[in-house]
Amino acid sequence: MSRAGAAVREGRAARGALLGAVLLASLLVLVAPVAIVFIEAFGAGLSGFAATLAHPDTRAAIGLSIVTALLVVPVNTLFGIAAAWAIARFRFPGRRLLLATIEVPFSVSPIVAGIAYLFVYGGQGLLGPFLEAHELRIMFALPGIVLASMFVTAPYVVHQLIPLMEAQGSDEEEVAATLGAGGFAIFRRVTLPNIRWALLYGVVLCNARVLGEFGAVSIVSGNIRGQTNTLPLHIELLYHDYNTMGAFAAASVLALAGLLTLVAKWLLERSGARQG
Amino acid sequence: MRLSSLAAAAFLALAPLPALAQEPTTLLNASYDISRELFVQVNAAYAASRAERGLPAVEVNQSHAGSSKQARSIIEGLEADVVTFNQATDVQALADKGFVAADWPSKFADGASPFYSLPVFLVRAGNPKGIKDWDDLVRDDVALVFPNPKTSGNARYTYLAAAAYAKEKFGGDEAKVEEFLGKFLGNVAVFDTGGRAATTTFVEREIGDVLITFEAETKGIAKEFGADRFETVVPSVSLLADFPVAVVDKVADKRGSRALASDYLAFLYTPEGQRIAAENGNRVRDPKVAETFAAQFPNVRLVTVDTVFGGWAEAQKTQFGSGGLLDRLLDQ
Repeated sequence: MSRAGAAVREGRAARGALLGAVLLASLLVLVAPVAIVFIEAFGAGLSGFAATLAHPDTRAAIGLSIVTALLVVPVNTLFGIAAAWAIARFRFPGRRLLLATIEVPFSVSPIVAGIAYLFVYGGQGLLGPFLEAHELRIMFALPGIVLASMFVTAPYVVHQLIPLMEAQGSDEEEVAATLGAGGFAIFRRVTLPNIRWALLYGVVLCNARVLGEFGAVSIVSGNIRGQTNTLPLHIELLYHDYNTMGAFAAASVLALAGLLTLVAKWLLERSGARQG
Repeated sequence: MRLSSLAAAAFLALAPLPALAQEPTTLLNASYDISRELFVQVNAAYAASRAERGLPAVEVNQSHAGSSKQARSIIEGLEADVVTFNQATDVQALADKGFVAADWPSKFADGASPFYSLPVFLVRAGNPKGIKDWDDLVRDDVALVFPNPKTSGNARYTYLAAAAYAKEKFGGDEAKVEEFLGKFLGNVAVFDTGGRAATTTFVEREIGDVLITFEAETKGIAKEFGADRFETVVPSVSLLADFPVAVVDKVADKRGSRALASDYLAFLYTPEGQRIAAENGNRVRDPKVAETFAAQFPNVRLVTVDTVFGGWAEAQKTQFGSGGLLDRLLDQ
């Protein structure tokens, strides 16, 4: 009895110490840096903050990041649903290989992706002479930025959907099929409602990742101020330029997007759990 | 009558077409990573100058990144009409690939370098360690901050400036030069990868007694972090750091922007262009403008990479290449 009591007390002490350590670590590693972003951003008052955000280059950077997300997220969502459907519902040769391929961006550094795109679409690259002859601009313009962002965020939606779809199985869809529902009707009325929370969750993550992407985009953007600088690249530019406050003001926009992502994630997880 | 007016209308309708094929109305300037503020001012003044001369307005776009990365991007298709770099080797890289004329240094005055700078010392207010010249930097009680010469162009100038000083001081005694440089590198408290990171280490983490960087950059640091916190010390001798400019011929020919590109770079040599460069901490060529700003720029004897090290290619081989002097010194 007393030995068990001691063990419980010891367990409690260990749990307390562990919890304290985790809290301290998150405070130092996560909370403090994000807090500093906002403190520094408003360091010169609201007017300095507003002046940075009102600057045409900052607005152009925010606009470009949003346009990129608007192009990349829907494509990767459709791709994610199609790929997850294929992988979770069917058995075919090369299925494992497809799954592994889709997950490559998780394990490859974004800068490698950027350089790889340069080697394919750049002036000295594989398709370079063809693209130049036809006046097609991919690198150092919006298409390059979108392609690089697409590569980096390709697995996010698939990754959320496959485990769920495999766990749910295809029973409900088969029932719908025997009742005479067509393919699209099955998808819209059975599959989609079943996966919607995981799907939204994947979309939110994908969106956050697109907005924050730095490495791959940095290689293919060309860094033209007001034109091909996304928000993360613009922040770097301001920072290098000894405009610390401006860099933090622009960074606070990204941090805010990150915080909104967290809230959205939390709400989706709650809704997902409630719906089962 | 009607026919002729029809013909006139047709002519008017067609007239804008040849005009389109003429001079473009935009120009892309690919520059290095910390020149944003400088070119914001230059481009505004250039627009005013064109208006004054009755020339059509032109939008000058700016691309900023490390100049090696910029050279790479241009080779891969970034359509920059002009480059304004801080490393001659990066313009040379473009020349080697046929993007820039082989004789680019003779296309504009002063070796196509409208202004220049040099590695100097930034010390803490009051100069508590009494730093005056390169000799003070090898003292046991002095800690230095500058980026790694392996990764930073800025630091390559710093290293070569120290090496040039040692070569002069010890004549031909290679052993003593190496001992000097060994102590110099041994005094470095933190080797950051780039100039901006080194500044953060020195200014915000308050590590080290001396930050060695371009004179032009010390002005930006004073402006951002407080002029009363630091002092600039200009040594007796330092290394000339050019800011080379060139028209990217391949792009200018394709876009038909050669005249515009040349006019833009020539503007950097005008009194107005030189004044803006000087206000941003660069030393300039125009004698009158240089005189106006003389108080800001103490006298210093400058040596060049060409005369001391036989050019960048040779310096790269003997100093920075694998197995070069820097490798051997860092291994000690």
